[in-house]
Amino acid sequence: MTTHADGPVALSMADTGARFSLRIGVTPDDLAAAETAFGAPIFATIGARGREAGRESLCLGPDEWVLTAPEADRAPIATAFAGIGAAHPHSLVDISDREIAIDLEGEAVTALLAQGIAIDLDAFPSGHGTRTVYDGITVVLRRDAAHAFRLEAWRSFVPHVWHRLTEGNKELALGI
Amino acid sequence: MVPTMRQEATMLLIHCPYCDKTLPEVEFAYAGEAHIVRPADPAAMSDEAWRDFLFIRTNARGPHFERWRHVHGCARFFNAVRDTVSDRFLATYKAGAPKPDLATLLAETERAR
Repeated sequence: MTTHADGPVALSMADTGARFSLRIGVTPDDLAAAETAFGAPIFATIGARGREAGRESLCLGPDEWVLTAPEADRAPIATAFAGIGAAHPHSLVDISDREIAIDLEGEAVTALLAQGIAIDLDAFPSGHGTRTVYDGITVVLRRDAAHAFRLEAWRSFVPHVWHRLTEGNKELALGI
Repeated sequence: MVPTMRQEATMLLIHCPYCDKTLPEVEFAYAGEAHIVRPADPAAMSDEAWRDFLFIRTNARGPHFERWRHVHGCARFFNAVRDTVSDRFLATYKAGAPKPDLATLLAETERAR
């Protein structure tokens, strides 16, 4: 179960590499130090993503970010953050294996996601992300383009999410 | 007959003061009455007063100050004023912010109608 194309939306499990949960104070000083350590912009607006050289930050809450990066960058990022720990107290937790990402692409992608997500996807801008709920399960949703989304759910919930998405995709194909 | 929320819509929309967005209620969780201050010196209190602090809550019919948590979102607790009869949210505000004046709030809601 890694790809699926029985409907208008192409679904695939994505390899996301390293993923960290960052909690840090929101003073400009702390954020600037975190940006330097991470090597990509870190914004304080909920839903905003900062990208540079394969690394990406997504602001989930007032003091919570999820950082993603290629697998090879995992150790350097942890080391860089350990270096700012004394001056800027924070928590950086490696959650690479906690979640699995599903890429969704196709013109009907909002119709497919709307089967399980209650937020207004038409008003969800490209390049943004948020934590929300899909069919009762907490997920992190990112919109990369008008017809491309990425959904991340905790590992043990993924079989259910995947099943619901593939079934929904078949329903869309059949026009039900 | 006053129309109830159930007849008007099937899902409430709640404004999260941290995300500054109006989002569906499935992302939120109710978290009890707001503005309950923990006594500074519990040992000095009578059993009755301590029981009242722990368990006795307002059973409001009408506007009610309560806590909510944006659990499937920014995960923050915030406060809200909700009419328990109509389920209408009069206001939401950040945790720690002063309690808004109910009369002003009701007048504003009436004007906005």
